[in-house]
Amino acid sequence: MASNHSQGGKGGSGAGAAQRRAPEWADGLKQLYDSVVEEDLPDSFKDLLDRLDGIPAARGPAAPGGEDTNQ
Amino acid sequence: MTDGGRPGTPRSATEQSDFKRELTRVVPHLRAFARGLCGRPDLADDLVQETLLKAWAAQERFEPGTSMRAWTFVILRNAYLTDMRRNRFRGEYDEGVAERILTAPAGQEEPIHLSDLHRALLTLPAERREALLLVGAGGFSYEEAAAICGCAVGTIKSRVGRARAALSEMLASGAIPRRSTSDDVAHRAILDELEMVAAGNGVSTRG
Repeated sequence: MASNHSQGGKGGSGAGAAQRRAPEWADGLKQLYDSVVEEDLPDSFKDLLDRLDGIPAARGPAAPGGEDTNQ
Repeated sequence: MTDGGRPGTPRSATEQSDFKRELTRVVPHLRAFARGLCGRPDLADDLVQETLLKAWAAQERFEPGTSMRAWTFVILRNAYLTDMRRNRFRGEYDEGVAERILTAPAGQEEPIHLSDLHRALLTLPAERREALLLVGAGGFSYEEAAAICGCAVGTIKSRVGRARAALSEMLASGAIPRRSTSDDVAHRAILDELEMVAAGNGVSTRG
């Protein structure tokens, strides 16, 4: 399909090339993100989530590092 | 993102388990956002763990019914900026991604490597990188991204636009500069810029 396109692509001017590429990498950006989202969760996270119940919320000194979370 | 809520009011057991369920659900997104921000998977996961502990500790400030993803992204972002200032991340990127190659659309001469894209992303100034990640990868609206970054919607639009233009140019030309974090001057500039970002003031004019 679109046989004449494959030839035309070769002479693409520099300025136009950047614009034509944008959609391609835009999809890549989502792929990068989604590929991580779809990864199996490492056991270290399951362990941490299991441990949370034993950690009291916001009593006295907060989380490690002590930075406030809202600013 | 307001301080209102009911500080000091203990959550009931039900509320706590609801919170935990929602928190668990956003972990994959936190990992993806962190990976995009700091590049290295191990450091990104450390950052997410730190975020989960902070979110848990601050759960009384979460308003049920609002977006857990947005709320935790704010925490992750702040933790990232803090760690950056402590010199923990050096803009390294994930070598493992180099194996993956984007499928080239018909008619394209050469595919763009995801590793190139990721590396190019990591060379962007921090505030543009996060803006593009939030909108272009995370699917947040400009309004949501602005709320997460604590800046105006117009600022986010401008950052995303500049980030897109810079990436397009880098990928089209194949010239993907490395940000020289080992160089003292460059590093100082990055830290200064982070101070600004952390303070909620974007760097609006920058090379």
